[in-house]
Amino acid sequence: MKGDFIQNLGKIYGLYTGGFLLFIILMAILEQAGVSPDTIGYLFVGFTIAIYALIGVLSRTMATDQYYVAGRQVPALYNGMATAADWMSGASFVAMAGGIYFGGYGYMAFLVGWTGGYVLVASLMAPYLRKFGCYTVPDFIGTRYGGNFARLCAVVVLVVASFTYVTAQINATGTVAARALQIPFEVGVWFGLAGILVCSMLGGMRAVTWTQVAQYIVLIIAYIVPVVWMSNKSGFGMIPQLSYGDAVQRVQELEVLHQVGVLKPTEAFAGLSALVTPINAPGETFIDKWKFATLVLCMMCGTASLPHVLMRYFTTPSVRAARISVGWSILFIFLLYFTAPALATFTKLSLLDPTLATGIIGKSIAEVNALEWIQKWAAVDFLQVSDSNGDGILQINELFMRSGIVVLATPEIAGLPYVISGLVAAGGMAAAMSTADGLLLAIANALSHDLYYKIIDPQAETRKRLIVARILLLGVGAAGAFVASLKLTSILGAVAWAFDFACSGLFFPLVLGIWWKRANRQGAIAGMMGGFVAGTAYLYYVHFAGGTPWLGIDHLRFGMIGMPVSLVAMIVVSLMTEEPDAETQAMVDAVRTPRGDTVLASTH
Amino acid sequence: MAVADSNHEAHWQRTKGLTIKTLIVWFIFAFLVHWFAPQLNEFSILGFPLGFYMAGQGSLFAFVVIIFWFARAQNKIDEEFGVAEEANEDE
Repeated sequence: MKGDFIQNLGKIYGLYTGGFLLFIILMAILEQAGVSPDTIGYLFVGFTIAIYALIGVLSRTMATDQYYVAGRQVPALYNGMATAADWMSGASFVAMAGGIYFGGYGYMAFLVGWTGGYVLVASLMAPYLRKFGCYTVPDFIGTRYGGNFARLCAVVVLVVASFTYVTAQINATGTVAARALQIPFEVGVWFGLAGILVCSMLGGMRAVTWTQVAQYIVLIIAYIVPVVWMSNKSGFGMIPQLSYGDAVQRVQELEVLHQVGVLKPTEAFAGLSALVTPINAPGETFIDKWKFATLVLCMMCGTASLPHVLMRYFTTPSVRAARISVGWSILFIFLLYFTAPALATFTKLSLLDPTLATGIIGKSIAEVNALEWIQKWAAVDFLQVSDSNGDGILQINELFMRSGIVVLATPEIAGLPYVISGLVAAGGMAAAMSTADGLLLAIANALSHDLYYKIIDPQAETRKRLIVARILLLGVGAAGAFVASLKLTSILGAVAWAFDFACSGLFFPLVLGIWWKRANRQGAIAGMMGGFVAGTAYLYYVHFAGGTPWLGIDHLRFGMIGMPVSLVAMIVVSLMTEEPDAETQAMVDAVRTPRGDTVLASTH
Repeated sequence: MAVADSNHEAHWQRTKGLTIKTLIVWFIFAFLVHWFAPQLNEFSILGFPLGFYMAGQGSLFAFVVIIFWFARAQNKIDEEFGVAEEANEDE
């Protein structure tokens, strides 16, 4: 039965994709027939979640290798799709284009960092960790370096980094659920969590893998369809990603016309911002370039150290498949990431160009306030029009928006039918749910496999281990939803922090564990704790204690402090203590050779 | 671990060489190109200012190509030294 499933993946997901497209057409017909937008939004979110839940239930398992690594039989291409969904969070989906809209060139450091990191994953990490045969990232650290304390350090860094990230994802599912289902945010958060858990509770990694593939298909369709539609409408053709160059140049002219960056906002609204950064103005000074490069570096090294990403490559059938799978992952991620700046540019063009019907900058305030989408999004605090200088005309510094609006409201700004907005909501939900699933599983697996089974109760039988794993999953999820419901952090701040935590504590212990035989337990512990503590202390200094950033290293880039400390501590301490024993060195040799058995037994 | 030591060592040297090459190309597209973005914006490609294009699309595409190229090259090395896994139908 299972063999059949793997062999028929193409057919199954082909049918699924066709079914989803039919569903979109059906919704479009219902809209024409007069069904209310609310009902359509409800159907979109409800239907897709029901499908994921079905996959989750069908993939239930009671075998450890299925639960932890999906039986190591996920083909490279599908693992690539699952990784892409795992990777692209609610923030990528909802906030990326908005970030480029407001942040311009500087924000694109995230695009470069979040894709280039996969080169590090492919060349330094994934194939070797796959050969190792571990279930979790701390499993590698604990076995390579030996000793429970090293394992525990890795668990601590993993939990802090992933938990920071997962609260933002649960927050995003709550936001989408609240808007689509017309329920309060605090209820939406718990609703979102229920959807997330139903995908992972019964089947662990196996269930998460197959739901993530399904979620990728929904999210990529939901992201690209509106952009292509908009592009067609405004005469940029079917492949807007290649043809928006002229739009960029036109936007640059319009930004001069509307004095973007010259006119500063004179009022402030919580959570909203006015446009002050031109789309293409890379800084000329050393510090500007340095800030771009350091953000890129932190995001890349974070990518290569985040356990929920690395553990996806433990599920491929071979080392060779793990490598190719990284290629598929980044290709599928690329499809969304190279669309985001196109979307940001089209939205900017729509709003700024006075020759277009949608252009609102330069129109009278009364006229703008009469627009339906302005009223609708203003009512939910996503937007504010304020005539700061009292001249009755909307200037660029008088339009305040939340960054998520660029993706969420674009269909309405461009006058697309409501069915597209419903599709976008389903896509945002898929993106946030898939990432939350991967993160929750990474945390719960580290706690159940590394903390409970390896450290607390090594005699525990399989059944008990898997029950503990599920209880922990539930507990971690509930804790995440509780923190999210407190609304403590903005989405973006928290997401970048997760990368900084991960690279501060885990990047060098992972890389050197494979690439430097001399690295030993004492060194790894010093590297993990030194980097993690230094990075966290700096974050506290710069973000909470009001300290002045050194060399432009602000709270988004605190990995720039953590990583060097980690590297130096690890090398110095390793060299000061004795070299690893022959057994460990042989283990490293085995990891470097694709052929042969994995270092850890296939079920352990 | 039945592989002879000298073969293992030679395989690892080649693997390291490939990794270093990969990382050099990675470095160019991750950092070097963007350092000169203001200068690159003087040029244009497909109607885009080149500096903008590289950050918004060019480097991203380069990463996709690098990874597939790397996977292929590493595979060739593994086969050459007889340390590739048994043929399987996993792709």
